[in-house]
Amino acid sequence: MSILESFISMFWDIAPIIGVILIFQLFIIKEKIPNMSQTLFGIFMVWIGLTLFIVGLEKALFPIGKMMATQLTSSDFLGITELNWNDYFWVYLFAASMGFSATIAEPSLLAVAIKANEVSGGSIRVWPLRITIALGVAIGIALGSYRIVVGLPLHYFIITGYGIVIIQTYFAPKQIIALAYDSGGVTTSSVTVPLIAALGLGLASTIEGRNPLIDGFGLIAFASLFPIMGVLAYAQLKHLINK
Amino acid sequence: MNYVLRRLASNLLDSCKDLLPIVLVVAFFQIIVLDQPIPELGNILLGGLSVLIGLTFFVSGLRLGLFPIGENLAHSFVKKGSLFWLFLFAFALGFGTTIAEPALIAVANEAAIVASTGGIIENTELTINKYAVDLRLTVALAVGISVMLGVARIIYGWPLHWLIILGYFLVMIITFISPDWIIGIAYDSGGVTTSTVTVPLVTALGVGLASSIRGRNPLTDGFGMIAICSLLPIIAVLIFGIIL
Repeated sequence: MSILESFISMFWDIAPIIGVILIFQLFIIKEKIPNMSQTLFGIFMVWIGLTLFIVGLEKALFPIGKMMATQLTSSDFLGITELNWNDYFWVYLFAASMGFSATIAEPSLLAVAIKANEVSGGSIRVWPLRITIALGVAIGIALGSYRIVVGLPLHYFIITGYGIVIIQTYFAPKQIIALAYDSGGVTTSSVTVPLIAALGLGLASTIEGRNPLIDGFGLIAFASLFPIMGVLAYAQLKHLINK
Repeated sequence: MNYVLRRLASNLLDSCKDLLPIVLVVAFFQIIVLDQPIPELGNILLGGLSVLIGLTFFVSGLRLGLFPIGENLAHSFVKKGSLFWLFLFAFALGFGTTIAEPALIAVANEAAIVASTGGIIENTELTINKYAVDLRLTVALAVGISVMLGVARIIYGWPLHWLIILGYFLVMIITFISPDWIIGIAYDSGGVTTSTVTVPLVTALGVGLASSIRGRNPLTDGFGMIAICSLLPIIAVLIFGIIL
């Protein structure tokens, strides 16, 4: 797709939200838009930015994710041809470091951690919580890669995860629950999601016997599940210690 | 103008923070572990730069243009007190933000390509595009309904964990009657939908609503919106797979 076509197709992607906001503002609330020129300039920047971002994703992040998956699983690199699941430890290590570092740096996670600190009246501290969540994501993505390597069905893992979350919810302090559930969606940013998706697809297409269609997706689901468990576990632990 | 420049600079810093850890990890593995040069380095650097500038412009533009009006609107609808308009606005907001969500655009395209190689849909540009767009519309509808449900929860004071547990049970049941190839993408869609555009606007609506209704606490009732928005798309995409 040429860059011009990308600009046109992105226009239609942002049209709904701009339409929603303008129509409700002008016809339902019936108020003028304050700072009209700044708003228009902002919308223009959204358009340019989204186009460049998506083009860059397809040129850089997707290829890198798939390339790393291919290189780390190639028998040239590993030096052996008969591979067991434990020969792929570099993949798990890569997945875990990716999950940890991207989560620790995520700006919206910091916002969640600060809110959790407020909600808990200071007993949940910001840094330990961030590290807990980042470790959670690291373990989650590594486990997700292991699933792709061995080819187990995704829903076994995710449904077990949900089961654990439900049990944790029962015991966790009530005021933290909404925040914990939210943290699952918040920690997966626009930059990490495509890269993690590409890693999964790359693994599923290089490892023999795996099908990208069935095994390729699911890593993001792991990355959204573990922060929920992490926040609930941390809150529960703090609650027990304080009692 | 000064304000715009300061916004840009601070958002550039945030984008760098988002990208830097990834660059470091990839570089470490390429140079130390794999000990191989990166193929097509020039293209990848160019793409990386495009991601950096694109993300900065995108987020700055959102904060300059859309977020102030969006938050203002959310407050106006809460004050207006008409449930009909509040619900309609909630749906439209969820739908509109999800369609513009960059991670969803990228992952839906990828999913469409995988589906066509896997033989689920025909391998023509038209069917691939249609699949990607249908997938995004499904997710956007689900997020629209989620935001409505989230608003209803805050107004009527339903406890969040019952909604979530009920949702998880539905996911489990529907999973068993869904085709294999949709499960991964469906579970992923929960995390994919809620990022750059949706989270700030939807949270603003939730917190604004909770702080204006007596007996609601913005900290405990205002949150939870995103949780519902990450749950319903899973169910919707599973159903999309069953129907297709």
